[in-house]
Amino acid sequence: MNKEWPIWEIFIRSKNGLEHRHAGSLHAADAEMAIQNARDVYTRRQEGVSVWVVESKYVTASNPEKSGELFEPAKDKVYRHPTFYNLPDELKHM
Amino acid sequence: MEQKALYDYLLLLGDNPTILGQRLGELCGHGPELETDIALTNISLDLFGQVRNYFQYAAEVAGNGATEDSIAMLRLEHEYKNALLVEQPNIDFAHVICKQFLFDVYHQLLLNELVNSKNDQIAAIAKKSIKEVDYHVDFSSTWMQRLGDGTEESNEKLKKAVDFLWRYSMELFEATETETLMAEMGVGPDLNTLKPLYLEKVKEVFALSNIEMPEKTTFQFGGKTGRHTEYMGYILAEFQYMQRAYPNMQW
Amino acid sequence: MENNTRDLEAEFQARIDRGENIEAKDWMPEKYRKTHIRQISQHAHSEVVGMLPEGNWISRAPSLRRKVALLAKVQDEAGHGLYLYSAAETLGISRDELVEQLLDGTAKYSSIFNYPTLTWADMGAVGWLVDGAAIINQVMLTKTSYGPYARAMVRICKEESFHQRQGYEIMLALCNGSEAQKRMAQDALNRFWWPSLMMFGPRDEDSPNTEQSMKWKIKKKTNDELRQQFVDQTVPQADILGLIIPDPDLKWNDDKGGYDFGEIDWDEFWDVVKGNGPCNQKRLDDRNAAWDNGKWVREAAIAHAEKQASRRVSKSA
Repeated sequence: MNKEWPIWEIFIRSKNGLEHRHAGSLHAADAEMAIQNARDVYTRRQEGVSVWVVESKYVTASNPEKSGELFEPAKDKVYRHPTFYNLPDELKHM
Repeated sequence: MEQKALYDYLLLLGDNPTILGQRLGELCGHGPELETDIALTNISLDLFGQVRNYFQYAAEVAGNGATEDSIAMLRLEHEYKNALLVEQPNIDFAHVICKQFLFDVYHQLLLNELVNSKNDQIAAIAKKSIKEVDYHVDFSSTWMQRLGDGTEESNEKLKKAVDFLWRYSMELFEATETETLMAEMGVGPDLNTLKPLYLEKVKEVFALSNIEMPEKTTFQFGGKTGRHTEYMGYILAEFQYMQRAYPNMQW
Repeated sequence: MENNTRDLEAEFQARIDRGENIEAKDWMPEKYRKTHIRQISQHAHSEVVGMLPEGNWISRAPSLRRKVALLAKVQDEAGHGLYLYSAAETLGISRDELVEQLLDGTAKYSSIFNYPTLTWADMGAVGWLVDGAAIINQVMLTKTSYGPYARAMVRICKEESFHQRQGYEIMLALCNGSEAQKRMAQDALNRFWWPSLMMFGPRDEDSPNTEQSMKWKIKKKTNDELRQQFVDQTVPQADILGLIIPDPDLKWNDDKGGYDFGEIDWDEFWDVVKGNGPCNQKRLDDRNAAWDNGKWVREAAIAHAEKQASRRVSKSA
C-alpha cells in the first residue's frame, strides 16, 4: 500500500464579518486532520477565526479555454455599473 | 517557608512542559510528514511558552537574581521535578503520540483546576494555557485513534508504546509534599480527585483506539522527587550545554 | 499542428510580456511546466533540508527565548516547503513523486545546507547571511509569472521577515558579549561567507538558463547582479557587528558604487553541487530516515480515514 494523503484546499476567515478566502493547500488523511493541519499551517500568525477545508478533487474549475465565452461578454455591459448613468451634479449622494 | 513551597510548586508545574517541549524539539525536521512536523513544533512552542511564564514568576519568587534561564537550565539533575513520563525517548511516532496523550489528559485536568487557584498568577497562566492544552488533547487523542485503528502494524506499535509508557502514568497523580501543601492552601488541586477523571478519559480513547488497558502494571515513580530515568542526564546535557560551556553570558 | 504550437507559444510569451500571470490550468509550453516543476521543487527541497542544520541546534539553544525563536523559524521552513510543494503540485505532479526525487538524490537543493552548523553562532550566521541571500531571491520571485509560485513567495516573504532579524540579533548579542562569543561569531562568518555567495549560483557566463528564466520572469536579475546586491547590503551590516569579512580583495569601488570582491572557489562550488559537500550524505540520510520511519504512520492515517468513511456509509445505509 502506498497512498499519498490527499490534497485539501484551505479557506480561512480572517475575522468575523469577512468571507472565507482561499489560503492555500495541504495534505491530510481525512477532514478532521485537514482542519487541524490547516490550523497549524495557515493560522500560526493569527490569520484566522474559522476554517473551511475541501478535498481538492471536489473542486470543479472552469476551463481557461472557455474564459472568453464565460467572462468576456460581461465587459461591455456598462449599464450594470453606476457610472453609466448621468445625473445632475447637484444630486450629491446617490 | 511558604515562598520556598511556592517556588518548588512552580518547578513542578514548569518542569513537565520543559522536558516534554525539549523532547518534541528533537523531532523538528524528522517527522512522518511536513504537516505533522509543523503540528508537533506548535505543541513544543506552546509548552515552552508556558514554561517561560512559570519560570519568570519563579524567578520573581526566588528573588535572588534568578532568571527564567537559570531556573530552566542551571539546576542539577536531581533538582528537576518533572515526571518520568515526559523524559521517555521518542522511540517512534507511536511513543511520541502516546507519551503526549498520557500527559495531555493530565495536563488538561490540572489546568482546569489551576484556573481557580488562589494564587492569581498561577490562575492567569493556567487560563492562558488551557486553550493550548485543549487542542493538544484533541490532537493526541485523534492520533491515538488513527494509529490504533489504522493498520495492524500501527496498532501493534501503539500497543507497544502503551505497554511501555503506561507504567509512568500514575506518578502524575502521586502528590509530593509540596503538592499536598498547595492543595491545602487552595493553590493547586488535590491530585487524587483528578485520577478517576483521567482513567475515564484514557479508557475511552484506548477503546476507540482498539487498545486494552494494561493490566498488572508495576508503576514507576521518582521523577517528581528528583530521581529520574537514565535518559534525563542526556536530555540535560543537550539542554544545558551552552549555559554550562559558556557560563554567565548573554545570548 | 507545429504552426499552431508556435502560435500558442508566441501568445503565451506575449501574455508574460504584458505582465499577466499564468495559472495552473492555462495552456503552457511543456518546457515552462518542466522548468517550473524543477525550480519550485528544488526550492521546496531546500526549505525542507534547510530544517536540518538549524534543527541541529534546537535542543541546545542557549536560552528559552532563543529556543522558541529557533523553533518557530524551523517550523516556518516546514511551512514554506509545504507551500512550495503545493505550488509545484498544481503543475500535475504529486508531492510524493517530488519527495522521491529528493530522497534518491536526483533532485537538487540549495548547497548551503550541505555545510555543517558547528556552533551556536552558526544559527546567527545562517539567519543573517543565508536568509539574507534567500530573501533577495525570494522578493524577486514574488513577481514571477507563474501565479501559484508567486503567491507562495508572497506568503513566504511575509513570514521570512523575522528570520533574518532573528539571525542578526543572535550575531549582535555575540558581538556585544565575551571574547569567546566574538570569536564564535567571527568563526561562523568565516565559514558561511563564501558558501552564502555561492547561493546565487554560477557566474552569468556559466549560467545557460538565465536568458530563458528572464523571459519567463523566474528571474529578473542575473546571478552576478544579485550576488553584488547581497555583498553591498551585507558588508555594512558586518561593520556594525565589528566582524571582518574573510575576503582580502573586498574593497569599495567608487566608480561602480559597489564593492569589489574576491573570486569564489568554483571547484568547491561544483563539488558540493555534485554531492560531495561535507554534509550531503548526512542530509539525505536524515531525510530518508524520516520518510522511511514515517511510512507506517502515513499508511495508518489513510487506513483509518478509509475505515471511518466506510463506517459512516454503513451507518447511514
